Amino acid sequence: MLYREAGDFKTTYASDQQTFPIKSERALFWLFMAAAFLIVPFLINDYWNKAVLMPLLIYCMAALGLNILVGYCGQVSLGTGGFMAVGAYAAYKLMTAFPWMDQFSVTILAGFVTAGVGILFGLPSLRIKGFYLAVATLAAQFFLVWMFNKFAWFYNYSASGQITAPERTIFGYAVTGPSSLPWATYLFGLTLLFVFGWIARNLTRGRLGRSWMAIRDMDIAAEIIGVSPLKAKLSAFAVSSFYIGMAGAMFFANYLGAAEVGEAFGIDKSFLVLFMVIIGGLGSILGSFLGAAFLVLLPVLLKNLMVDQLGWVTDLAAHVQIMLVGGLIVFFLIVEPHGLAQLWRLTKEKLRLWPFPY
Amino acid sequence: MKFKSLLLAASMVAVTGVSPALADLVFPSLSYRTGPFAPNGIPFADGYADYLTLLNERDGGIGGVKIANPECETGYNTEKGVECYESTKGIGSGALIYQPLSTGITYQLIPKVTADGIPLHSMAYGRTSAMNGKVFEWVFNYPANYWDGATIAVQHAKDMSGGDLNGKTIALLYHNSAYGKEPIRTLEEKAKMEGFNLTLIPVDSPGQEQKSQWLQIRRERPDFVLFWGWGVMNAVAVQEAANIRFPMDHFIGIWWSGAEQDVLPAGDGANGYKSLNFTYVGKDKPVFADIEKYVVGAGKAAGDGSNVGTVQYNRGMYAAMLATEAARKAQELSGKADITAADMRNGMEALVVDDARLEALGMPNFGPTVEVSCANHGGTGAALVQQWDASAKAWKAVTDFMPADRELVTKLAMEDSEAFAKENNITPRECN
Repeated sequence: MLYREAGDFKTTYASDQQTFPIKSERALFWLFMAAAFLIVPFLINDYWNKAVLMPLLIYCMAALGLNILVGYCGQVSLGTGGFMAVGAYAAYKLMTAFPWMDQFSVTILAGFVTAGVGILFGLPSLRIKGFYLAVATLAAQFFLVWMFNKFAWFYNYSASGQITAPERTIFGYAVTGPSSLPWATYLFGLTLLFVFGWIARNLTRGRLGRSWMAIRDMDIAAEIIGVSPLKAKLSAFAVSSFYIGMAGAMFFANYLGAAEVGEAFGIDKSFLVLFMVIIGGLGSILGSFLGAAFLVLLPVLLKNLMVDQLGWVTDLAAHVQIMLVGGLIVFFLIVEPHGLAQLWRLTKEKLRLWPFPY
Repeated sequence: MKFKSLLLAASMVAVTGVSPALADLVFPSLSYRTGPFAPNGIPFADGYADYLTLLNERDGGIGGVKIANPECETGYNTEKGVECYESTKGIGSGALIYQPLSTGITYQLIPKVTADGIPLHSMAYGRTSAMNGKVFEWVFNYPANYWDGATIAVQHAKDMSGGDLNGKTIALLYHNSAYGKEPIRTLEEKAKMEGFNLTLIPVDSPGQEQKSQWLQIRRERPDFVLFWGWGVMNAVAVQEAANIRFPMDHFIGIWWSGAEQDVLPAGDGANGYKSLNFTYVGKDKPVFADIEKYVVGAGKAAGDGSNVGTVQYNRGMYAAMLATEAARKAQELSGKADITAADMRNGMEALVVDDARLEALGMPNFGPTVEVSCANHGGTGAALVQQWDASAKAWKAVTDFMPADRELVTKLAMEDSEAFAKENNITPRECN
């Protein structure tokens, strides 16, 4: 049906090991990317950009980062909100201190700053594991939020403690600030996600990713075969925080435009991203995207359905939406404990054997 | 990837299928009826919606044009606030005014409404320096702002201490957000002028847990506690104050921390708690008979009608009244009934709601006189102090409307707004 594999021979190692080994899947991927890059920018308006696509891209990035740490390296983290805050405040300080800097550099540098902070808070992972590590990263979450609230230098001494993104451009098109163009902002986020999604995919199947997975599966055995826990764990924290920091920078600069640390980067953010990773599928790049899409799009979809289509009152719709999303999370986890990515993997197996799946 | 594209396609269908409301004057309501701030958000949203329904039912709208009041649930959350703003700004012929009832969302929206050209009225909340209309062309915060509130509360404390605050200690217990931090600047100035010591005690949102803060208050025994709280935080603070037997008449809340649902849970312990207020409490005005007849009695109320006459409900009505009066003014100025957001802004800038006008609306002495001008978007800045009587379960005004220290407030607001203008390359308009 969807897959026609007859005649799709692999004659080199490279073609056998590529990310999308099936020809029709490759075509589907490039088609999807072409649509995302070439068609969507012409269709979107402010609403689509601000309410649907930007949060989707940003949470995809954050989930990707957390999945590297939790899914690939097995280090549980509840500090995502705090690390996003580091990215956001780093971006703010960079934007205000160096007004000439373009937004790509700002976002990536903010990622590097967060990577540094991530390494610092990753140090305890060398001694503590599992739930104890979760508590240590929880401390990071609370400490970072407290710090950005406490020291006025981080928010440039503004009276309200709010940080507001000034206008910055890419090739002359505004991507931050109030008059940012929807398509430009969207393409900015999509480009970053595409490039760094690509890098993440290749990191995880290379030497570094294998050392992370070795640590995840059994750290003692990994150490015996020569994987350094110090390097593996800290590199996982660094790479993960880098992604989360970029997500935080985009969250503040391109999406919200203004933020206040306690409200925007609280503990609920940490949980939200962790849920995305768990629902999407631990240890799967596709899972990060699916999980983020599930938790970002579903509430918006339900709200539009219930309030705008069915004309329900807003509070009823909000309550029903909370219950429905919660119920669906439980449902999906019961049906497939390994997440949406595994669900897709199984569907794909069946589709490949169509019309005689077993 | 396929699942994602399916979801995307499905949501695309859902959103594009939305049919815009066909009414002419669109007053979106970014309300919150869920979450930790719902206790205050619900009555306010009800009052706002009911007043607009009243005008639709009784007068057929404003100047013969009906009012649409699309509601969007924000949960006091800035992310949802952005979603709500983007989804409502294009309804019908375009939103005319935003009143988000959240300082956080207000900060978020200030740059956006300025770029989109839609007036934002943060009634006695939001960014204080928005009172400088020369810089903040699209943002209004009449009739009063937090810095006014801070100076009035300090003035009241001074009156209670026999006209001298020298050597006294005033603690500010505040929601650790843009909202709660707003008065700090003014209180620091005031502390220098009056010679009192200022202690800052932040409470992290949502503020259900305040044990350590009240322990600090018990230990340090400040002479007065000023309080900037909202949502469940209010009721918790009043309860904690009662628990440590803090003298309640020395505990003064801002106008957002003084509604019935904030003090009722503490029972008799809340007796004597004070808060600022600028709107009438009760339902002994002609307008409430109309609300009963056309809205609640007709089954068209936004809530169950039990909130009518409470502090937040009346304030929601007052907000709606200021918006509709501005729309009326805008119709008058532009000479057409179907006003645009730009007309609305002109109407707001020329708004005068004096006692005679309130009387005509069936709301005599409902709030202070409001006069807005191009340069002054902040109104007059007066408020009164009310006190909770637990046995009668009622708020009683203990002072008349007190003027704010506008000299100080204006000076600070000018500094702040000029800094904002410089940061954002805004050239202040020339006007009076």
